[in-house]
Amino acid sequence: MSELMLLKNIDNPDASRIETYEKSGGYQGLRTVLRDYDPDQVIETVKSSNLRGRGGAGFPTGLKWSFVPKDNPLPRYLCCNADEGEPGTFKDRILMERDPHQLIEGMVIAAYAIGCKTAYLYIRGEYDVSIEHCQQAIDEAHALGYLGQNILNSGHSLDIHIHKGAGAYICGEETALLESIEGKRGQPKLKPPFPAVAGLYECPTVVNNVETLACLPHLFRRGEDWFSSIGPKDAPGPKLFGLSGHVRKPGLYELPMGMPLGEMLEEYGGGALNGAFKAAIPGGVSAPMFPSDLFDVKMDFGSLAAAGSMLGSAAVIGLDETASIPVVARRITEFFNHESCGKCTPCREGLTWAAKILRRIEAGQGQVGDVEQLEMLCGGIFGKSFCALGDGAAWALGATIKHFRHEFDALIAPQTMVS
Amino acid sequence: MSDARSLTDIKRDLATGVRQMRTRYPTSRSAIMPALELAQQKYGQLEGLTYQAVSELLDVPEIWVFEVASFYSLFDRAQTGLHHLRLCTNLSCMLRGSDALMQHLQDRLAIKSGETTSDGSFTLTAVECLGACEMAPALMVDARYHGDLTTDKLDGLLASLAGRPAKEAT
Repeated sequence: MSELMLLKNIDNPDASRIETYEKSGGYQGLRTVLRDYDPDQVIETVKSSNLRGRGGAGFPTGLKWSFVPKDNPLPRYLCCNADEGEPGTFKDRILMERDPHQLIEGMVIAAYAIGCKTAYLYIRGEYDVSIEHCQQAIDEAHALGYLGQNILNSGHSLDIHIHKGAGAYICGEETALLESIEGKRGQPKLKPPFPAVAGLYECPTVVNNVETLACLPHLFRRGEDWFSSIGPKDAPGPKLFGLSGHVRKPGLYELPMGMPLGEMLEEYGGGALNGAFKAAIPGGVSAPMFPSDLFDVKMDFGSLAAAGSMLGSAAVIGLDETASIPVVARRITEFFNHESCGKCTPCREGLTWAAKILRRIEAGQGQVGDVEQLEMLCGGIFGKSFCALGDGAAWALGATIKHFRHEFDALIAPQTMVS
Repeated sequence: MSDARSLTDIKRDLATGVRQMRTRYPTSRSAIMPALELAQQKYGQLEGLTYQAVSELLDVPEIWVFEVASFYSLFDRAQTGLHHLRLCTNLSCMLRGSDALMQHLQDRLAIKSGETTSDGSFTLTAVECLGACEMAPALMVDARYHGDLTTDKLDGLLASLAGRPAKEAT
């Protein structure tokens, strides 16, 4: 068990205050950066550290920053994506509520690297305590010269504004998030252009997740060697895993990536709530589930991708033997259907139909051919919309059928006898 | 009561706050969401003339304001109860019994999800993931989270909320 970093102060009731944060090494990473690094060196260090985005896609953070054009005269923006909404995910909320200065310090470092003077922190509207604690952290950082004009006499300036979301899962998608800050409906835009080139107000923009940014102070305070020593080579650094659902000990755990899914569920989740596990979702409901005989899959970006799923937001949801997979599939599909922004037809219409079919299967009114119809809908949605919402929905539903077809058939079977 | 509020009243109530929000962004349009949030905090929900007031204060078309208000689920465009109960029914909460809790709340309050009690005390809404899965099943009451819920806990919560305004309860 490695040393805790992101969660090291989490049980300290004063962890959200700047004095507590400074006492445990807080803002040392920023001091080091401003003293010893020019912006390009920060980008190079983050690149070579192989820090990968913790929001869902796992894209290399330094590489993302390097796409910001050097010769563009427009202002550059940094937006922190704290619109946490992937079902099963609560890691960013806990970071922001309990130890928000990690995020603020990380934002100052990232802004310095990309040459940004105004940053937005987009927090979902339900996260009242996060908003309160982040605003307090911003105010405290201002008072001590870590934010505002000429930070620590470096010549670098930054203001951070909180933009409060108002209940829309889709705003976690980066182009929708930017639309939302611009005061529009949160509807994704076709990429390219990518935000690094034309993002917020058509200016070069970097969008990073809370946990990704919170890793930065530790990376620069403790150094690259320390960072790379945690977890596998292609997925280094501290990582948060949120365990929920049918586990005995739901909660947030900081663990190196690469641990087998089954070990995580048993050792940290405390095992299944009732009997044994039937399946588990490894990275939020968009991530295809694994039946328990595939629980030796390792929990890192590459291993999960190779096994046909993804690390996503690292929200692990345990499903024990009392769970009905068709009911789980129906609930997940209803969620995606509800949150589809309606812009792209395959996602909007396909999910409406999939949810209808799943409801009738659950009600015992399924018809022969319904499962094939669902599979066809999945194929019609996947890869055919602007953003990943429809992809996630089709992918997750497809996995429930692939691994648990017999449960769907068992619900449909009685009708086939009659007809 | 809310019908009596004039455009002038609303604009006067919101002017200072909206002006302050406006300074955070390079465009007026960006301040629409925070302005609506401000209005909802003040009045409990968004009403007919609020859209016009925000549009005039920010000098943006009223349709832009309405587009935003009608897209985001936390903006209430109809009168809600004194307390808004938002019960998470997404997967992690469902696996830990949120369906039974929803049934219990509907029975106790004699309303369906999406409705408000006849005395105006409670609005009940089934919502998507609140990001509180470690304390599933979870519920948001006004602006605050409550977790590890049971029917007994819900009953206690309802009793403690009855008759108290939202601000006091949070």
